[in-house]
Amino acid sequence: MAPVIHAPESRVVASPSLAHPVIEVSGLRKSYGSTLAVQDVSLEVEDGEIFGILGPNGAGKTTTVECISGLRKPDSGTISVLGLDPQRDRAALRERVGVQLQEGTLRPQLTVAETVHLFASFYPQPGATEELIDMLGLGAKRNTYYRRLSGGQKQRLSIALALVGNPQIAILDELTTGLDPQARRETWRLIETVRDRGITILLVTHFMDEAERLCNRVAVIDSGRVVALDTPAGLAEREGGGNHMRFRPSKPFDDRVLTGLAEVDRVEHEGPRMAVSGTGELFNAVVHALTAAGVEALEVQLESATLEDAFLRLVQPSPKGREEVTTP
Amino acid sequence: MSASAATLPRRPPRRALNELIVTEAKCAWRAPVGLALGVLVPVVLLVILGSAGGLKKTVPGSNPPVTYMTTYVPVLIGLVLVMVALISLPIVLVNQREHAFLRRLSTTPVAPRWLLAAQVMVNFVLAVVAMILIVAGATVFYHVPAPAQLGGFVLSALLATAALFAIGLFIAAVAANGVVAAVLGTLFLYPLIFFAGLYVPRQSMSPTMRHISDYTPLGAGVHAMLSSMQGSFPPVQPLLVMAAWAVVFGLAAVKLFRWE
Repeated sequence: MAPVIHAPESRVVASPSLAHPVIEVSGLRKSYGSTLAVQDVSLEVEDGEIFGILGPNGAGKTTTVECISGLRKPDSGTISVLGLDPQRDRAALRERVGVQLQEGTLRPQLTVAETVHLFASFYPQPGATEELIDMLGLGAKRNTYYRRLSGGQKQRLSIALALVGNPQIAILDELTTGLDPQARRETWRLIETVRDRGITILLVTHFMDEAERLCNRVAVIDSGRVVALDTPAGLAEREGGGNHMRFRPSKPFDDRVLTGLAEVDRVEHEGPRMAVSGTGELFNAVVHALTAAGVEALEVQLESATLEDAFLRLVQPSPKGREEVTTP
Repeated sequence: MSASAATLPRRPPRRALNELIVTEAKCAWRAPVGLALGVLVPVVLLVILGSAGGLKKTVPGSNPPVTYMTTYVPVLIGLVLVMVALISLPIVLVNQREHAFLRRLSTTPVAPRWLLAAQVMVNFVLAVVAMILIVAGATVFYHVPAPAQLGGFVLSALLATAALFAIGLFIAAVAANGVVAAVLGTLFLYPLIFFAGLYVPRQSMSPTMRHISDYTPLGAGVHAMLSSMQGSFPPVQPLLVMAAWAVVFGLAAVKLFRWE
């Protein structure tokens, strides 16, 4: 599906300027009756980043963020949010953490402006409501009843309510589920705007493209455990099964030209063609080495591991076939 | 930022409760279930009863003598209360829980019980307005004497309101969804309004029936209100009966209420 090669340098992730954790979760465990929802989750979210929690349905993502936002009491483990205990310091936490819930509707009989205004009254230092409504692209819908809003508009209103108290952290659960592609892209741009205002965002999602586009780092949760935690690019590279390159050499050459490269893990002959697997700047390294040896690589095919590859390898026992990408 | 945050007030601003009451009132106006059932139905019934000639007759054996119309005023107040407290209040609350609005509130500095307070407030005002309309309408248009013992009347009406609201909150506490709330509300509504004397006035009930009626919140309420209308302070028994219903169901509601 992806029409472009994800060259590693295009996926450089900006590291947060102030790297100190605003959310620290350690050994979180939570069960409902006999169902163990979260088995062992530990993670740290740094100030100013967009941190993704990625996982299949029922993996324990929502329970994890519900414990972080103080809606649920963990069975064991420690959570610190802005130095506060979500259970003990509920009141203080709620003033500084905005939450957008996965489910739930607002009052159908209230307009956008009335709803935002109502929620603003809950906080000691609310933001400017009119500005917020405009920022979320709801200016034209200011006086529209909630029940008459589209799915995307409802979603944006829900985000507005998570931000209206001027929070330091926004927790957004299943942000774009049920939205059409256009609305999803608009929502993503909006989240980037929010991040640029210095708000740390904890994003729960099961969409790879969303995590790849937005997140500085992601934790992959499966069956109540963190199975990986890295940048999306780092995960794709480390857990996605590496990069693969196939080509027909213009003339025979010694395999050692390639096997000696740090980026190359494996070199195989497939008839007249060669298959090279490895990590990092595999393509550049191979082409460079071939050129130095006076060999030209023809009919090049590249397969680049994506976050989705990594995800599927992490949460399922058997890896799925990777997308093939052909050079122009 | 974190230093100043530590000094922030720990309680949500007072304006939050005002704002909640105002918006709940707007919702009650825009989706006027309580308004239609709790105000319109009893007022229309007052007009119908008032226009029926037979009710101007004095109840035989009543001492001091009262007309049938007078005996219906506290019954209509009972009708206001069942509509507002057993239908309007629980259904709105249960819907808000069902739609996770209470849960949404619990992620803000405002506790969901504030919304419950705002709901109770709005429905209380609705009930008071309807009760005033009934008493004033009956007095002005249908020759019902104004309550002679006003203090006793207000106390009786307030205790009946407390008892019915407690039952309504109990329904909101235990009903899993809006449909269950409506069914439970109706199950309470018919016997309560029957023993209040909507179909058969208390004066015409058999001794056994009247004895049962004495122990229902609205039977006791009608008894107490009618005494006050006739000029004497209500007897202790109906007041205690209403207080008991209020306390028992109020405590049960507090104990059983689920926020999500």
